[in-house]
Amino acid sequence: MGVRRSRMGVSYPSQHPCQPTTMLAYLLRRIAYALPIMLGVALVCFLLVHIAPGDPLVSVLPADASVELQAQLRELYGFNRSLPEQFVMWVWRAMHGDLGMSIASNRPVATEVMVAVSNTLRLAVVATALGFLLGCLFGFVAGYFRHSWLDRLASMLSVLGVSVPHYWLGMVLVIIFSSQLMWLPATGAGPGGSDEWAWNWAHLQHLVLPAITMSVIPMGIVARTVRALVSDILDQEFIVGLRAKGLTHLDIFRHMVKNAAPTALAVMGLQLGYLLGGSILIETVFSWPGTGFLLNSAIFQRDLPLLQGTILVLALFFVLLNLLVDVLQTLLDPRIARA
Amino acid sequence: MSTLNAPPVSRALPSAEMPAAQERSRGYWTSALLRFRRDPVAMGAAVMVLLLIMLAIVGPWITPADPYAASMLKRLKPIGTEGFPLGTDELGRDMLSRLMAGARLSLFIGITPVVLAFLTGSVIGILAGYAGGMTNTAIMRTVDVFYAFPSVLLAIALSGVLGAGLVNSLTSLTIVFIPQIVRVAESVTTQVRTRDYVEAARASGASPFTIVRVHVLGNVLGPIFVYATSLIAVSMILASGLSFLGLGVKPPEPEWGLMLNTLRTAIYVQPWVAALPGLMIFITSISFNILSDGLRSAMDNKS
Repeated sequence: MGVRRSRMGVSYPSQHPCQPTTMLAYLLRRIAYALPIMLGVALVCFLLVHIAPGDPLVSVLPADASVELQAQLRELYGFNRSLPEQFVMWVWRAMHGDLGMSIASNRPVATEVMVAVSNTLRLAVVATALGFLLGCLFGFVAGYFRHSWLDRLASMLSVLGVSVPHYWLGMVLVIIFSSQLMWLPATGAGPGGSDEWAWNWAHLQHLVLPAITMSVIPMGIVARTVRALVSDILDQEFIVGLRAKGLTHLDIFRHMVKNAAPTALAVMGLQLGYLLGGSILIETVFSWPGTGFLLNSAIFQRDLPLLQGTILVLALFFVLLNLLVDVLQTLLDPRIARA
Repeated sequence: MSTLNAPPVSRALPSAEMPAAQERSRGYWTSALLRFRRDPVAMGAAVMVLLLIMLAIVGPWITPADPYAASMLKRLKPIGTEGFPLGTDELGRDMLSRLMAGARLSLFIGITPVVLAFLTGSVIGILAGYAGGMTNTAIMRTVDVFYAFPSVLLAIALSGVLGAGLVNSLTSLTIVFIPQIVRVAESVTTQVRTRDYVEAARASGASPFTIVRVHVLGNVLGPIFVYATSLIAVSMILASGLSFLGLGVKPPEPEWGLMLNTLRTAIYVQPWVAALPGLMIFITSISFNILSDGLRSAMDNKS
């Protein structure tokens, strides 16, 4: 990767920042920094169960359970040991893919979470992609035609996107497209409530409304970011230089994309993480069998191992995604590594 | 934080230290207010927010009908029915009255967590930023852990574990917002701490408490406050969302999120009545969002 320097406007640092040692040191530092965070996240998830009022076994124990049975179950779930001991055991097992058993369904938490994560991931990826495309479009138009009516319109759309209560938007879309027009199914992830996914129209139909609903938030945020980026880039000298050199609009556009891409992609990556963790309200509206739905049932059945496991997986996913985004952004724009 | 590039000199510093050029110009807050009043969109949002707050205060007293009075015979009437201008809900209660009465609880659960988080988060953040060193590291690494959770997930997990209820949902939302405020407070305080006027105050023997009170607070509260106002829209959506999931306010209290939840089953019977509470949440959150954007650009005296 060489540093290109325009002869007209110098907007790049004169020192070559992409020395392999700098980059490697940065990456290692960034990974080392993520490890304690992950441990902290695990600790918070673990403690969640212990701030819960009442006995965690209350939902499995029959009301007239004998003292022996209670003690037996306490032993089985490990609740009879000291907290630090339980934490270490829990982390050790989690590292080996064992998140315990769901109290309500008596199936391994890890299995249930993985199925749900794959369903949520599918929805979130489609929604993020859609939101990113629309957001880039609106943001670019707004930034390029600054202070015109187009800018005001695009900015208004992005404010609407970040302000709308998405669970309500989902309801409104169901009202319009399912209850009134009867074009699209209102709930579920497949025909007949099937959980198995297939890339055919019968299944895609179920994806349309939740994906649109979900895409509104990243759309608004990406549009805001891209607008700011584009208007910043337009103010820089190298654009004037490129114009003076006689480059076409298309060529200048290419230069702008190159400059805006790292930040815009980073924002998109983070949005994917937020959607994964924040899909619970939308999944409830559409009865989408993902992590949000799982969390919801875990909460209302007081299935604490399931709750703990789901939150842990989602939060770790978010941390790893953050790490990945940082690393990719640094590779795309090596100036970051020097900071 | 661009507002810090030219600190609000008139408030934070004795006038003797003011450069001559700025002595003639207007004070920071006056010019910010002037800029804000010249922005019609922001002014409109401010008026809307004031109206909503007034509705929250007097709403429950001026409802045309009793918002709790149910009637099995008058269930799910459409918008425009005689005596029920906005129809009735699934228990035959007057929608207009319930929406008006609901403003109080909805705004309360949306704004309170932000206010609480603003108070605690500012103290923690300013402490971290001003103390620096180990204190800073300890506080900021803890904050990073909470920051590693998507806010919706953390809010729902906390209130799910604590159990449904008004106090629990306020608590969990406050916990969600504190780390965000701490981050902003810490970063602006760290910037202010290295300013020459803080050094000068320290050199002249002012105690840390005096420095924070006189020199730091005036310069950092503005940016933190603007950030906090931008959280109100998020908080409104999240707080009503918790009620929507059945984790917040309990029936039969009128609250927009809860109303949306109980009316969900009615979307095939009276779709537009069922959508009304969400519209109120939308209007509130968009007003706060635009207001906060306007405040931000008015207080940014670079442009």
